[in-house]
Amino acid sequence: MEVILAILIGVLYAAGIYMILRRSLVKLILGIIILGNGANLLIFLLGRVVKGSPPIIPADSDVFQSVYADPVPQALILTAIVISFGLQSFAIILVKRAYKVVKTDDLDEMNAIDKDS
Amino acid sequence: MLLAILLGFAFSIFLVFTGKFFKGRISILAAGIPLALFVYFAQFIGRISDGEVITQFHSWIPAFGVNLGFTLDGLSLLFSLMITGIGFLVFVYTSAYLKGHKYLDRFYGYLSMFMAAMLGLVLSDNLISLFVFWELTSISSFFLIGFNNTSRESRKSALIALAITGIGGLSLLVGSIFLGSITGTYSIAEMLTMNPEIASNPYYILIVALIFGAAFTKSAQFPFHFWLPGAMKAPTPVSTYLHSATMVKAGIYLLMRLTPVLGDHEFWNTTLIIVGAITMVYSAIHTLFRTDLKGVLAYSTISALGILVFLIGQGTVDALTAAAVFIIVHALYKATLFLITGIIDHQTGTRDTTVLRGLRKVLFPVAIAGFLAALSSAGIPPTIGFIGKELTYESTFHFGNMAILLTGLIVITKILLLYAGFVAGIKPFTGALPERFENTKMPSFLMWLPPVILAVGCLVFGIFPGLIEGSLVKPMVSSMGLDGKDIHLKLFHGFNVILLLSVITIALGTVLYFTLKPTKKLEAWIAKFEKFSPQTIVTNSWAFFFKFSNGWTNLFQNGYLRNYVATIMVFTIALTGYSLFTTANYAVDFNSFSPITFYEAATSLVMLVAIGYTVFTRSRLAAVASMGIIGYAICILFVIYSAPDLAMTQFSIDTLTVILFVLVLYKLPKYLKLSDYKMRIRDGVLSLAFGTIITLLILEVLAEPVNKEVSDYYAANAYILAHGKNVVNVILVDFRGADTMLEISVLAIAAIGVFALLKLRLKKSDQR
Repeated sequence: MEVILAILIGVLYAAGIYMILRRSLVKLILGIIILGNGANLLIFLLGRVVKGSPPIIPADSDVFQSVYADPVPQALILTAIVISFGLQSFAIILVKRAYKVVKTDDLDEMNAIDKDS
Repeated sequence: MLLAILLGFAFSIFLVFTGKFFKGRISILAAGIPLALFVYFAQFIGRISDGEVITQFHSWIPAFGVNLGFTLDGLSLLFSLMITGIGFLVFVYTSAYLKGHKYLDRFYGYLSMFMAAMLGLVLSDNLISLFVFWELTSISSFFLIGFNNTSRESRKSALIALAITGIGGLSLLVGSIFLGSITGTYSIAEMLTMNPEIASNPYYILIVALIFGAAFTKSAQFPFHFWLPGAMKAPTPVSTYLHSATMVKAGIYLLMRLTPVLGDHEFWNTTLIIVGAITMVYSAIHTLFRTDLKGVLAYSTISALGILVFLIGQGTVDALTAAAVFIIVHALYKATLFLITGIIDHQTGTRDTTVLRGLRKVLFPVAIAGFLAALSSAGIPPTIGFIGKELTYESTFHFGNMAILLTGLIVITKILLLYAGFVAGIKPFTGALPERFENTKMPSFLMWLPPVILAVGCLVFGIFPGLIEGSLVKPMVSSMGLDGKDIHLKLFHGFNVILLLSVITIALGTVLYFTLKPTKKLEAWIAKFEKFSPQTIVTNSWAFFFKFSNGWTNLFQNGYLRNYVATIMVFTIALTGYSLFTTANYAVDFNSFSPITFYEAATSLVMLVAIGYTVFTRSRLAAVASMGIIGYAICILFVIYSAPDLAMTQFSIDTLTVILFVLVLYKLPKYLKLSDYKMRIRDGVLSLAFGTIITLLILEVLAEPVNKEVSDYYAANAYILAHGKNVVNVILVDFRGADTMLEISVLAIAAIGVFALLKLRLKKSDQR
């Protein structure tokens, strides 16, 4: 299964980069979100995946008795998901705002600071 | 002595605050500072001529051997007196020359900064502090050349001068560091005894070349001479002070100062003689083709500096005596000529030698000064110039087997310099006064008195050479490590070959002056050779470099986000791909992987379809929705692989993102197909390549053993130390609690930003 996950992550990365390379601002944001998802999965997979044993210590014990999923990547990803939400929401609103001001979402038309260009 | 140096800096800082006050009539008071310093240094004449050397020491950075050590000996005394003496006259002159100028205060600030730096340079015993002062003179020279900062030519000349002398400064620093590491000290006084050691060191040639780099750029030796004529864009007092009398002699000073340390070596002598000879003849010839008075003077200054380098290269007592006297001679007559040029320019509005005539009728005292200076420059007795010329001939004439060649070169140079001196000092005043100059008025005495004082000096020191013999010349020669006891300056040495050479020089020079008239035609003719000159080569390579860096920047900083991303991607793919290709072993062990179940396969398939749909759909709503599906699919993967916390977070965040997107979606523009077919192919290839690289990387990493040390620590201690059973939660809120708190603050800031962007109302003017 790991091979499939690895390919999946590769596809996520490819799709993210492709979207980032578009001229539309909306697509740029979609690309960033997809790329972020790919990165999360990448970290998750590199901590090795385990089925059916979440990193929760059994009620009747003080320590793990058997195999458990690695908690460190999970903690990292949890942080990453939340932070990327902050970024995404800000970016979405910024795009909306930018569109309202300059009336375009074409990145190529936004790279000049002059008002009349 | 430290105070004497700091006085100038203090004054220029003082002017920053009180500049307005100083602009008016009392600007003449500024001249009090060089005068006071002149008197201060003059009182040492007696002690120095008795052979005493006055030193002063202040620790600065002792750990690196960098200290503020100052030495006042014959050499530095002569330069100090020149700096402060001519400085005084220039300060006085300036108060009339730039009377009422908008930036007079600034001008005085730069001038006194320069004076202080120059004093520091000639008094420093430590090579590193010498370097610091050296750079300060370059910087103040930059500001003074570019003083008329509205003129493009001025700015360009200032930049060229700074670039050339700045490179020289760096060369001095490197040379000093080499010297310091060989001798173990930066003090010149301590290096004096180590000449044989330094000369036998394998780096000797390199050190000398670096020191020459500094001296030749500063003292405008061929092929670095071209910044000096450009520097004449500065107001005339600056040309007088920096670019003729003092700063350009800093290179000469350095060579003289280091003669006992580095000199008396074939490489040292030969190089200096060759470079000096080329410079003096080359630029003396150039004076014939100039019609601008300052142009004539600039080239004759370069030529004079060439003579000095040439004499230092010979290194004999005769030659160094001649050099010492010639420094005094040149400072006196060249400063005079520059100052009267300034007066002529100021009063008539032109410096063109082809039109200036007969001004003696309106500017009589100035004409006298010009006449005396021209005599001294030509070496006609009884001026001091004659003594200088005799000494020069004396030293070359007795210089071994090359005597004839060297004497020939110096005689030619002197003939041409005589012409230059006459053109600048006599020609504007003789002949009939043209109508357009009839109303020329005498300038204020503050302007004409300084050149007259200097010109009288040419005469007085010539008639009474004893005045400078024991007090200045002898101590100066002995501070260069030679015995100056037998030096005796006098006007008449008897009828000998040297006198004959002098007569020939004067006769031929006078003939040249009366037959060759400076014309525009000659100037135009020499301009044809401009494209082979070192200046053209430097400015062209400069322009090329500028173009290149412009193009380079535009290539990468082109303002298109996607191009930046694409560039980064291409390089990442190339480098990572290369390293994967050469080092990876592709030992993927499929047996170690877990088997594929139905749920996993189905989830992956859903995700793949959703990704494809997001990328290729033309509807924004569909793209956002399928992006939500990608998120949910990942959420299910988290559930399968025992990460319940992640699954919950991903679920809620993904939902929120989609909702937010949909909420603003109708305020957003329609999806446009902005890129053409080719562009899409290119981007597609690029992103697929990147995805492939990532996949290959993952497979490589998965083949490596995993280190679980950190995870095991958290797992073992989650309950024991933190009393929580959900290890992920314990890590977030306990072990890494501070990180989580900061993360919450980041979210709060993002929330404030979102709120502000939503609430901010657009002004009418901001809308299009």
